[in-house]
Amino acid sequence: MSLALNEDQELLQNSAKNFVAQNAPLGLLRQLRDTSNERGFDEKVWTQMVELGWTGIAIEDSFGGFDFGYVGLGVVLEETGRNLVSSPLIPSVLLGATAISYFGSDVQKKRLLPEVVKGQLLLALAGDELPIHSPNHIQTSATKVVGGYRLNGNKTFVLDGHVADKLVVVAKVDNGGVRSQGLSLFVVDKKAPGLDVQRTSMVDCRNCANLTLTDVHVEEENRLGSDIAANDSTSRFARVLDIGRIGVASEMLGSMQAAFDLTLEYLKQREQFGVLIGSFQGLQHRAAAMYSEIELCRSAVRGALFELDNPESSNDSVARIASMTKAKVSDVAKLVSNEAVQMHGGIGMTDEYDVGFYIKRARVAQQFLGDAAFHRDRYATLNSF
Amino acid sequence: MQLSAFRTEVRSWLETNCPKSMRLPAVQDEVVWGGRNFQFKNPDSKIWLERMADKGWTCPTWPEEFGGGGLSKEESIVLSQELSRINARPALTSFGISMLGPVLLESASYEQKLEHIPKIVRGEIRWCQGYSEPGSGSDLASLATRALVDGDDYLINGSKVWTSYADKADWIFCLVRTDVEGPKHAGISFILFDMETSGVSTKPIQLISGSSPFCETFFDDVRVPAKNLVGGVNNGWAIAKRLLQHERTMISGFGLADSLNSDPDHASIMDKVEDAAMHYRGDSGRLSDPVLRDEIAQFKIDSEAFALTSQRSLEESKKGQGPTATSSMLKNYGCELNKRRYELLLQALGSCALGWEGSGFKSEELTVTREWLRSKANSIEGGTSEVQLNVIAKRVLGLPDILNMRKSRD
Repeated sequence: MSLALNEDQELLQNSAKNFVAQNAPLGLLRQLRDTSNERGFDEKVWTQMVELGWTGIAIEDSFGGFDFGYVGLGVVLEETGRNLVSSPLIPSVLLGATAISYFGSDVQKKRLLPEVVKGQLLLALAGDELPIHSPNHIQTSATKVVGGYRLNGNKTFVLDGHVADKLVVVAKVDNGGVRSQGLSLFVVDKKAPGLDVQRTSMVDCRNCANLTLTDVHVEEENRLGSDIAANDSTSRFARVLDIGRIGVASEMLGSMQAAFDLTLEYLKQREQFGVLIGSFQGLQHRAAAMYSEIELCRSAVRGALFELDNPESSNDSVARIASMTKAKVSDVAKLVSNEAVQMHGGIGMTDEYDVGFYIKRARVAQQFLGDAAFHRDRYATLNSF
Repeated sequence: MQLSAFRTEVRSWLETNCPKSMRLPAVQDEVVWGGRNFQFKNPDSKIWLERMADKGWTCPTWPEEFGGGGLSKEESIVLSQELSRINARPALTSFGISMLGPVLLESASYEQKLEHIPKIVRGEIRWCQGYSEPGSGSDLASLATRALVDGDDYLINGSKVWTSYADKADWIFCLVRTDVEGPKHAGISFILFDMETSGVSTKPIQLISGSSPFCETFFDDVRVPAKNLVGGVNNGWAIAKRLLQHERTMISGFGLADSLNSDPDHASIMDKVEDAAMHYRGDSGRLSDPVLRDEIAQFKIDSEAFALTSQRSLEESKKGQGPTATSSMLKNYGCELNKRRYELLLQALGSCALGWEGSGFKSEELTVTREWLRSKANSIEGGTSEVQLNVIAKRVLGLPDILNMRKSRD
């Protein structure tokens, strides 16, 4: 397996780089925050991203996408990560559409995915129920009733849950008092009676929601994967999360590189004791160590994206490399964002300066879909120790 | 030729020519270093070397004119894939191949290439590296071994230290001072000479691990023909640095040792730290010490990411040319990983990794102890980790040099 991008992938990366540099500066995020924007992302930039086809990169062409693969989506996310672009790309495309691709029937996919690609349908994935990522802890229940299901439960840390048109809710089916061991996904309309969506403003200036589902009725046709066996549903959901983890790691890679570049620039212009502070060995060695760690992250992310597109990959091989990558990238994101603030000194603590946005986003992304400790534990289990 | 046709040709040639015993995992004391006095422990090693050398495949991409394989980069990848497909051992391992040859091809005269390259390819001459001196370690450019012109020769006086396998080598590539006037970097030359020349002597250095892979090397009025100087008088520093990049690339390979077999007949329990840790605790399925488990996971994750980085760097350097400044990064990280591996093995084995010799310990346990100590040199040899970080800071990240800044201020 080669880790080099092919020509088309390189073209996509360059066009994403240019687009982000010209149209989506970090100032946009600051503006969204300062104006308490209701949507939490810039509509104009999002429309342009849809026009560029980014929403359909990893979706099969029979469902309105371009079948370009996850490497393509990954390089785009890396570029949006540089300027901390807030958009539905992660919640709706990386997570929502992927969940539908892995769980939905052809009919359901034909109904939903083309709308996501066109940007006319925003999705959000509602999995976590605890403040700590625990995909095995799903207590939301779907009780079988005439013509459909009745959903009850609570969801938290639902990325962009406040703007999603439809929420993809993970639940366990309750059939006459017998709780299924497997997972089912339900597509719930945002206006469904009994669904309470509470927006939560997060430290990274992006938006999440807490959901409360009280006797929410969902039609049979909106249950995804009713024909999937219990075992299979767990591993499919793990695959959906793994794709999410690798995509988020790609975005984190772009962000840490940008935070590092910003820091390096500062070391080359700030003078103290009559010399540039970048000439001090105490800072040089830390910068060199960070550079090395970021290069390792780049390789891990690249390897993981290629594994997603590898036709011979298995759930296990994807799980191993996803946890390897998310663990590594989370650790380094923490290191780089902390060092970025420290090496900037006082100015790094000011809201006026951009570096603070990177440390805030880093912490949210570290936690999202499992932090380093979660993934090291999973990696060890997957490697039988 | 089409790559697929080449692959077919290579595969059938290997099938016929690679002896069966050369397809078993490599054993430390059967590594073929070559040289005038080399003793082959396994007669198949000799046959395998001769056959590979006849094709030039010990140095696949070197020009045919000098005995190399003359393969394109793509063909050499096919060859290495086919070699690893049958688990073939390296036919020849040498500093001539990994360090000296590449810089001779870049910087030596036609006559020098013609004289030395074919002997490297065939493993006829074993080389050693005369770089560090007692007073010049990290500050290598301050080296003082003096070469004075005397007729058509140089007369060399001084001493080197940490010369790997100097007592087994036939020739030395050596940094000598040919000018004491200008800046220290500008008075260094790169010269080659026979270790049997009168006035050369070596003395092995015993390390904390008990082994003696390094020597002190002394030069007392050693007479070397001036034509043995490579790349012009006082131009040695550029060649020296270039060679160090090749050396660092080689040493960074230590970081890939996570899956290396040290035992010929059966995979060893030491191959995987986690297996060793569970074995010595009587655990099965899950390591009972949660802290060690997390540390091992962290180590393995870093090792995997490092292996992917080595691969990516190789692919990227094949697009460009030769090793880049990332060789410092790889060297540094690879060494630190290898050191971590041995620290974890020590934790994994408990008191079984604390023996020195004799009964009461298995030989593979004693090996762990010795190799743990040996691994401490990884981040010192070939430029310390601190020097590598300096190189990354200045050459990759473009950070300013404090020495220059102080000079310009004063």
